[in-house]
Amino acid sequence: MSKILGKEIFSENVVKLVLEAPEIARSRKPGHFVIIKIGKKGERIPLTIASSDVEKGTITLVIQKVGVTSSKLANLEVGDEVTDVVGPLGEATHIEKVGTVLCAGGGVGVAPLLPIVEGFQKAGNRVITVLAARSKDLIILEEQMREYSDEVIIMTDDGSYGKKGLVTAGMEEVIQREKVNLSVVIGPAIMMKYAALTTKKYNIKTFASLNTIMVDGTGMCGACRVSVGGRTKFVCIDGPEFDAHQVDFDEMLQRLGAYKEQEREAYERYLKTAETVS
Amino acid sequence: MESILEYLKEERSQEWRAELRKSMKAKERTSRERVSMPEADPNQRNKNNMEVNSGLPVENAILEAQRCLDCPDPTCMNGCPVGINIPKFIKKIEAKDFLGAAVVLKETNGLPAVCGRVCPQEKQCESSCFYTIKLNKPAVAIGYLERFAADYERESGKMAVPEVSEKNKIKVGVVGSGPAGLAAAGDLAKFGYDVTVFEALHEIGGVLKYGIPEFRLPNEIVDVEIDNLRKMGVKFKTNFLVGKTVSFDDLKKEGYKAFFVGSGAGLPRFMNIPGENFNGIFSSNEYLTRVNLMHAASDEYDTPVISGKNVAVIGGGNTAMDSVRTAKRLGADRAMIIYRRSEKEMPARVEEIKHGKEEGIEFMNLHNPLEYYDNDNGRVNRMKVQKMELGEPDASGRRRPIPIEGSEFYIDVDTVVVSVGVSPNPLIPKVLGDLKVTDWGTIVVDQETMQSSIPELFAGGDIVRGGATVILAMGDGRKAAAGMHKYIQEKVKAN
Ligand SMILES: Cc1cc2nc3c(=O)[nH]c(=O)nc-3n(C[C@H](O)[C@H](O)[C@H](O)COP(=O)(O)OP(=O)(O)OC[C@H]3O[C@@H](n4cnc5c(N)ncnc54)[C@H](O)[C@@H]3O)c2cc1C
Ligand SMILES: Cc1cc2nc3c(=O)[nH]c(=O)nc-3n(C[C@H](O)[C@H](O)[C@H](O)COP(=O)(O)OP(=O)(O)OC[C@H]3O[C@@H](n4cnc5c(N)ncnc54)[C@H](O)[C@@H]3O)c2cc1C
Ligand code: SF4
Ligand code: SF4
Ligand code: FES
Repeated sequence: MSKILGKEIFSENVVKLVLEAPEIARSRKPGHFVIIKIGKKGERIPLTIASSDVEKGTITLVIQKVGVTSSKLANLEVGDEVTDVVGPLGEATHIEKVGTVLCAGGGVGVAPLLPIVEGFQKAGNRVITVLAARSKDLIILEEQMREYSDEVIIMTDDGSYGKKGLVTAGMEEVIQREKVNLSVVIGPAIMMKYAALTTKKYNIKTFASLNTIMVDGTGMCGACRVSVGGRTKFVCIDGPEFDAHQVDFDEMLQRLGAYKEQEREAYERYLKTAETVS
Repeated sequence: MESILEYLKEERSQEWRAELRKSMKAKERTSRERVSMPEADPNQRNKNNMEVNSGLPVENAILEAQRCLDCPDPTCMNGCPVGINIPKFIKKIEAKDFLGAAVVLKETNGLPAVCGRVCPQEKQCESSCFYTIKLNKPAVAIGYLERFAADYERESGKMAVPEVSEKNKIKVGVVGSGPAGLAAAGDLAKFGYDVTVFEALHEIGGVLKYGIPEFRLPNEIVDVEIDNLRKMGVKFKTNFLVGKTVSFDDLKKEGYKAFFVGSGAGLPRFMNIPGENFNGIFSSNEYLTRVNLMHAASDEYDTPVISGKNVAVIGGGNTAMDSVRTAKRLGADRAMIIYRRSEKEMPARVEEIKHGKEEGIEFMNLHNPLEYYDNDNGRVNRMKVQKMELGEPDASGRRRPIPIEGSEFYIDVDTVVVSVGVSPNPLIPKVLGDLKVTDWGTIVVDQETMQSSIPELFAGGDIVRGGATVILAMGDGRKAAAGMHKYIQEKVKAN
């Protein structure tokens, strides 16, 4: 059981929750994630630890509502409890001083990017961050990102904020302007695919943090498997970060859709019951 | 060893046993037929989760107990990894002291209701019964009787909680709550330790919960046994991954003096053939976990699973058998086993193969998958298999399967479960650099004490054996508990 100690609504579909989890708070490093489960009948879903407070014994999650479990979690209030939280899982990000790091985050991928941006800046790198979303109200964590980045570039699909265009346009702008030593991209699979293609053109080493479907998160089931450099890897124990130029994003996209039908039906059922309850 | 034999002799010479032996002629005992296990109708049970074996009725249990000759040299016990006093518990059943029989079981086995159900008895105790080795007759049904006594006790509501020594306030940790961990925890509690079992998942029981299906081992039975451990003072912490949530070093700082690692062989293997990552292709661990641990087949639970119409399960072990029978229960029209050797080489229990056949499972033995195909949407719809023949025996002593060139053909499938084995859980060796492991990734231990290369760390079960049985894991857990006890007592004395 983990009590919710804080909640902040970032946008219609994105919330930040602060959870009581003292042991995880102490052990986690940038790049780590947790698996949560709500109620006896809930499903297990992975979420990145965006930040933690060792003194208060808390971890912070940023959740985007995309289906039943993420919505159930986002709809919990301060004082409520999350039945199961396990972590920290995965390999931590390998942070070192490399020079200039270009970080690109799309949608809710901005949340897991935050501790990485912070880490690279504290390690003495020049950090340039590109934040991308469909429109202005979907840009999250801008302030925090500014705190740890030397520069923040905002891209929106509709041009309602920052520059109009895709994340890749923002990345190219930087790459053409100055030497980039390393890139980290986190976001929807399709965004990571194109971001990786972009940096590949310029031969810039790039890491992507993969958000595959998971069950146990401890290497036991293989649900999270992806092909990296032609070899099968388990995201939960070998990742979640991999060399983005080696990842088979098309396969990953297909695997993410494995339960699309069931998820849609379950979500519609959930929305109906949620309506009648409220 | 000497003392054990002495003890057995003494036990056997007790008046009640001598009386029972005299009460019936050996001839009469050996001329009896072995009882059979009542089973649910195959055409009903393959549509639901009811337990297949329903247990012996009292009369039959007594009849079967009478077959046992109460041998002066009970060879059956050599086949039991935890050394259950088999004749004694069986004679208690013959004497109609069923609760007494359960007490005998629990002297050495904390999970008799589980072992009575899932032990490969035909390869263990029953294979070394006097009937098998000397009379060439079906063995005494030791497993059925074990289950009978354990079930009787549970259903009576008069579960005996084993006695525990006075608490010594020394903290010890058990990593993993599978049968190895539970057995170690039970014995450590009996010795008086302050025992905490850490489990990564949200449920206690390891493979007993997430792997072995309800229709073979109802979860409720595992839970009752776990409750018993709680009554003995064992504490459980779920959602706790030792080495990740808290490091071994920090646990030591919290006062833990020694650890038992029973982290299992949870890492599924794949065959690395083309198309294996298409949707609809699962490891058996994932498939069974979704259904057993996450209850994916029930609409009330949030976890989904794909329940196909044409399901192929690759492999011939218990895990493959459990997966294919699960697929049938989820509504498959065709549920197939695809196994590269012949039935004789199958590692699965004889009973599971028999049950599977009754339930309408197709066995495609001497076949091997080569490739999977999709219908352009990433979902598997067809597979290519190749026929095999058996050649010379290989290192495992089983005849090696050899592909027959030109025999390839295609099968329509919409779900595939890959059940070709597991590797040891790599997490603990990864976080403990000094820990000695084999090339296979299993932890190296002293065979007697189960102590690893790190003195305060003991290990057993699948993480040491790389995949074995419930009862072997439990035997390891018990041996390790004794080893830990000795190690800690010596250290305490030295200080
Ligand atoms: C390492 C990792 C870190 C992540 N971090 C975050 C984060 O910080 N914030 C955030 O909002 N999301 C994060 N995600 C994604 C998040 O886990 C999914 O959005 C969530 O599981 C969706 O569940 P649902 O029931 O709400 O939606 P569903 O309706 O079940 O699914 C919607 C879509 O989410 C994906 N999905 C479904 N089930 C799972 C599952 N068990 N595991 C992973 N993805 C699944 C699928 O693509 C699916 O089509 C992360 C994923 C991974 C693997
Ligand atoms: C489907 C299936 C059917 C089987 N059928 C039979 C059968 O009929 N008869 C039989 O005798 N055997 C059977 N077996 C084999 C038997 O189940 C195993 O040999 C036995 O469970 C091994 O026990 P264990 O305690 O070593 O490990 P497990 O049962 O695997 O338990 C290990 C536990 O440790 C946990 N863990 C791992 N790492 C950590 C960590 N760092 N921190 C905390 N927790 C951790 C895991 O989550 C897991 O719960 C079957 C196996 C499977 C998979
Ligand atoms: S525990 Fe297993 S091997 Fe031992 S007596 Fe019981 S059934 Fe036989
Ligand atoms: S060997 Fe067979 S007959 Fe003899 S004591 Fe054991 S179970 Fe009974
Ligand atoms: S989530 Fe099960 S192995 Fe990665």
